[in-house]
Amino acid sequence: MILRLAVLAIALAGLVLYTVLAGADFGAGFWQLAAGTGERGRDLRDHAHRSIAPVWEANHVWLVLVITVLWTGYPTFFGSVFSTLAVPLFLALLGIIFRGLCYALHTATEDPRERRVIDATFSISSIVTPFMLGACVGAIASGRVPVGNAAGNLFSSWTNATSLLSGFMAVSTGAFLAAVYLAADARRSPGAGLDKAFRGRAFAAAVVTGALALAALGVAHSDAPTLFHGLTRGLGLAAVIVSAVAALAGIGLVAVYRFGIARIAAAVAVAALLCGWAAAQRPYLLPGLTVRDAAAGNGTLIAVVVAVAIGAVVLFPSLAFLFRLSLAGRLDPDRRGPRPQHPDHEDARRPAWAGRAGLACWVIGFVLLVFSDVDAGHVIAIIAFAVAALLGLTALGPDQLAAQESPVLTVPPPEGPSF
Amino acid sequence: MPPTVSQLPPAVQAYLLEARQMQAMSFMVHIPLVCFGIAFPAMVAFVEWRYLRTGDVLYRTLARRWTKVMVTLFAAGVVTGTVLSFELGLLWPGFTGNFGSVFGLGFAIEGFSFFLEAIFLGIYVYGWDRLPPRVHFVCALPIVFAGILGSFMVIAVNGWMNHPQGFTVDAQGRVTDIRPFQALFGNTYFWHELVHMYLAGNMVAGFLVAAAYAVGRLRGRWGRYERTAFAVPLSVAAMAAPTQIIVGDWAARDVATEQPVKLAAIEGLSQTANGVAEHVLGYYTDGRVEYGIAIPHLLSLLAFHSWNATIQGLDTVPVADQPPVNIVRFAFQTMVGVGTLLALLAVVYMFIVWRYRRLPITRWFFRAVAVAGPLSYLALIGGWVTTEVGRQPWVVYDYLRTAAAVTGATSIPVGFGLLAAAYAALIAGTFWALYRLAKSPMPPAPADPARRLLQPSGGPGAQGLTAVD
Repeated sequence: MILRLAVLAIALAGLVLYTVLAGADFGAGFWQLAAGTGERGRDLRDHAHRSIAPVWEANHVWLVLVITVLWTGYPTFFGSVFSTLAVPLFLALLGIIFRGLCYALHTATEDPRERRVIDATFSISSIVTPFMLGACVGAIASGRVPVGNAAGNLFSSWTNATSLLSGFMAVSTGAFLAAVYLAADARRSPGAGLDKAFRGRAFAAAVVTGALALAALGVAHSDAPTLFHGLTRGLGLAAVIVSAVAALAGIGLVAVYRFGIARIAAAVAVAALLCGWAAAQRPYLLPGLTVRDAAAGNGTLIAVVVAVAIGAVVLFPSLAFLFRLSLAGRLDPDRRGPRPQHPDHEDARRPAWAGRAGLACWVIGFVLLVFSDVDAGHVIAIIAFAVAALLGLTALGPDQLAAQESPVLTVPPPEGPSF
Repeated sequence: MPPTVSQLPPAVQAYLLEARQMQAMSFMVHIPLVCFGIAFPAMVAFVEWRYLRTGDVLYRTLARRWTKVMVTLFAAGVVTGTVLSFELGLLWPGFTGNFGSVFGLGFAIEGFSFFLEAIFLGIYVYGWDRLPPRVHFVCALPIVFAGILGSFMVIAVNGWMNHPQGFTVDAQGRVTDIRPFQALFGNTYFWHELVHMYLAGNMVAGFLVAAAYAVGRLRGRWGRYERTAFAVPLSVAAMAAPTQIIVGDWAARDVATEQPVKLAAIEGLSQTANGVAEHVLGYYTDGRVEYGIAIPHLLSLLAFHSWNATIQGLDTVPVADQPPVNIVRFAFQTMVGVGTLLALLAVVYMFIVWRYRRLPITRWFFRAVAVAGPLSYLALIGGWVTTEVGRQPWVVYDYLRTAAAVTGATSIPVGFGLLAAAYAALIAGTFWALYRLAKSPMPPAPADPARRLLQPSGGPGAQGLTAVD
């Protein structure tokens, strides 16, 4: 049982991280749309873009990780959800495509007119994607996704009040997180007064999110009684209380300009909300499908836990490195690092024998790969090919070739056909 | 555990073909970006390494400009890759729902390599000039590593789909006794696919980048900057192209042993026979290849290294289990034909460098490279069509039919249309971004006149050869 819950906990942790990290990126897109026009609006938009550009891809990957862990650990759950909720998930996907496209385009142009089109597309897709993902959460939470291949209704499963409110909540929590994070980031450039601007936006988003949460709870009372009961009792209630307290603390900290800690409080509030949802519907993933029934065999679950544990050892230090650089402003455009020290001696000449040795390795690889019937022969062949490629590149020396003046300008080719 | 609840039964789907086409389209957009993920970071890192070694600002300019290209392509790769992972659920819930616990681990690990790539790309891109130069260079290495690890995992899953193992199907048709490590990494079948794809990635990225500068050369842009940007990717592609033929031969022999029906479709062989001839060109109809050039005994010789080896025909399985022959055959012949031409081009390049110690100068060579870029993409698609359509009608070879894996959702045609439109925008936008990046002005030469080695043949964009051609 612990194993089954461990993998579910990994998925939930991934979802929480996706929400508090990528959710804030979506929120930043929302604020770019609401930034207004003129120089002030451009400042706000540029600040939002600068803060998330280095981290958005890493934040986005959490979603991919959650999906892969779910289909590995709980394949039936995954298959049922993705077939019934095909429409909102597909719309979320369209939003993801356009967001990525906007990042690709953003590096390519400085022109304000083109930037406006790109920013507008970016903002709209930054609203569509979290809304649709939130609606999917609402559909699952209100028990509208039955077990089976597209067994639920393609539309009514996510166009009901609970799901739609959940979608709006996803947008507003993202906006809240983004406002708090961006206010904190704006502290690095205090002259522009951007922190005050995002402080006000944080208050507004908090009020809207609170109202939406209460409305959702009210609707769930009749529309999704199981969810309502789960959220008003036991663990679910505890999570809701933690969420509310953390949110209020976050707002208080924002009010007194303690943005650094407010960031953590805001993230805790959102994380607790997701945990509350998980607690409210335990032990069921879908109606009639318990975690126990849905879980893959122990072999798979152990493999996932081992893989994630090994991955985490590499991942978290890397993430910490990225966020430390990003939050310390060391990736900001106006930042200048140390200049490189270059060696004074001439570049070493490439060994003359590299070409012949490379050819010899290649022939060895050729013979072993074609005529050897044992795996060891193939392994040696592949290694020989790799060595041959490195030696060949050394022999070719593309950088030195390119450094030569094109001989045709002065001297005709020595003899034979000229290439 | 109740026997039925953890199973996703097949659903009725009128749009199976559209679902397959939608998947194929998503794949065709994503796969060239994968090639850049595999090969391009290493090229950028190489150029940056030259900068650190020599202090030549030209290398720095090139590496920085390529970095912007890398960001653009990586952003497109991230979203198209996400589309593929969504589609495994949106289009094929029967596949993930029933076999996810067998192969899913590969994608979970791939997720981590994706993380590494995204994290260090963010640092690398935004760390130019801001981090200490050596630290910045070292940040490129995890990107190179992650590109290889990611393709390793995805190919492991594809190898498993073609040659499934590491599980048992019990009397009720449930997948049990799952051994995911054995399924993915104990599989002897996927190694040739991995090496083949890794070389293909280097060829496609190398030839495409070189092609862009070959076009520039034909238009007279041939300063030292352009020559470097041309020679580095072309040399990488030239290393891979001849080897690819040998590795392809290895792959074909593995297919002959493990998936004889796929080989029969590739060759258009309807009846099992001994000492089989290889047919070049032509098309398959009524159980034989029409208008093809037959080379006696060659197929037996290639597949089993024996003059009279028996080759299984399509007749060894019922008609319902046979893949479509002509698509697979055309795709295969395209791949082999183009691959051979590319290898020839690589040999010509290496010969010229060896004989004259300089880059080629004839316009025909640059025309050939300009065509080689798009052709290498064509060969890549041909290869994947061969293996993926050749696997039909199975998604998990001999275990799960594609028709049993497809979703029951009726939204496929609309989704297909919308995704096609979104991808048209994505492709147009990406090309526009690349065009704009290419047009952006070069940084001015540094004021420091003592800086040695700088651009001996004039700055980037110098009109190198116009007087002669």
